[in-house]
Amino acid sequence: MIIGQIKDGIVLDHITAGKCMEIYAALELDKLNCQVAIIKNADSKKHGKKDIIKIDQAIDIDLDVLGYLDERITVNIIKDGKLLKRAHLEAPEEIKNVIKCKNPRCITTTEQELPHVFKLTDREKKVYRCIYCESMGK
Amino acid sequence: MRSVIDILDLSKEEIADLIAVAEDIIKNPDNYREKCKHKKLATLFFEPSTRTRLSFEAAMYELGGNVLGFSDGDNSSASKGESVHDTIKVVSCYADVIAMRHPKEGAALVAANASSVPVINAGDGGHNHPTQTLADLLTIHREKGTLDNLTIGFCGDLMFGRTVHSLIHALTRYKNIKVVLISPEELKLPDYMLEDMAAHGLEYVETTSLEEYMGELDVLYMTRVQKERFFNEQDYIRLKDSYILSPEKLMPAKSDMIILHPLPRVNEITVAVDNDPRACYFKQVLNGKYMRMALILKVLEEAAK
Repeated sequence: MIIGQIKDGIVLDHITAGKCMEIYAALELDKLNCQVAIIKNADSKKHGKKDIIKIDQAIDIDLDVLGYLDERITVNIIKDGKLLKRAHLEAPEEIKNVIKCKNPRCITTTEQELPHVFKLTDREKKVYRCIYCESMGK
Repeated sequence: MRSVIDILDLSKEEIADLIAVAEDIIKNPDNYREKCKHKKLATLFFEPSTRTRLSFEAAMYELGGNVLGFSDGDNSSASKGESVHDTIKVVSCYADVIAMRHPKEGAALVAANASSVPVINAGDGGHNHPTQTLADLLTIHREKGTLDNLTIGFCGDLMFGRTVHSLIHALTRYKNIKVVLISPEELKLPDYMLEDMAAHGLEYVETTSLEEYMGELDVLYMTRVQKERFFNEQDYIRLKDSYILSPEKLMPAKSDMIILHPLPRVNEITVAVDNDPRACYFKQVLNGKYMRMALILKVLEEAAK
């Protein structure tokens, strides 16, 4: 399968196999007018299988959201057909309005204007907890 | 601005200082009668409470200060839909320190972020209740002479019991503490609390039996199954009488074990236990007032700096 190179845009490589649609939705790539290629189950030397997303436009990407969803991802910024920058991700210390607190007793359920903020409390197990009620983010 | 939302907002040393101040207040109350003259405490109770609100108010009056506030969310602008954020913005224009209770978890943090004066969390849903913990710690310290090397049993509603959560948080900082968690399956301590205890090396066991570890306990902390934490009344009715402490159940207990309860009690400790010298729950109430006095003094002194 051949998918052409992009000139100016972003390649999200090494996505954990099966996660590309979640990433696609989280980054709201459906709202873009440019070409977006989704490659599922590509061969990977490191992980066996991987997903890849190619975006044929230089857009702003929230790396914290990506890092929260999948630490494995490599973000490649392409300019004039060449690799301008490569970023490896890690789980961010804090995420804001990425996930919502599901605890019905949390203050965020009644005070709608509050941001849903979660802090990383266990990097090894990748546990995020609501800063208000300490419930685990899911 | 220093607020106290979680017991861990206070260091171990600060808690030791508060205990020392509370002990001094008990010995020399006259020295404190005018410490908060011309200062105002706002008690904002969005959820009904007798004990905690009166304790805060008594504490402020005994320090020579004044009190304003409300005792029920229905009597405040919250009933008109005002947010915690806005209520606190307004009240911090009137008061020097705020004590707030709210049924939602995390409300105290929202208040502290909005306030220009110190906020003391007087209970946020099933989450935290740091001043009750200060009362518990002073009581344990006065009765046992130490906060280290203790086996402490928590019995009843460990899932929603904020007093339990706060006290366990506090205990993670003391040496050689063993915890026995006694609850029905449905009201077990939340996972994050178990993780926290494990991370701090606190030894714990979970059991559904009140009798199993009775003979090993230095402190037995009883709690009420709280009706207001249940969405389903059937669940409440099924669980409310899970544990009832009676003189018979206390037979295997150590002679110097102490029985604590954050109160109000419904029927989880029979009235017959009140005459047992090990029953310390009414002492705990008085100690709560002294610790709140010490805490109000501390946050006001820090705010003045």
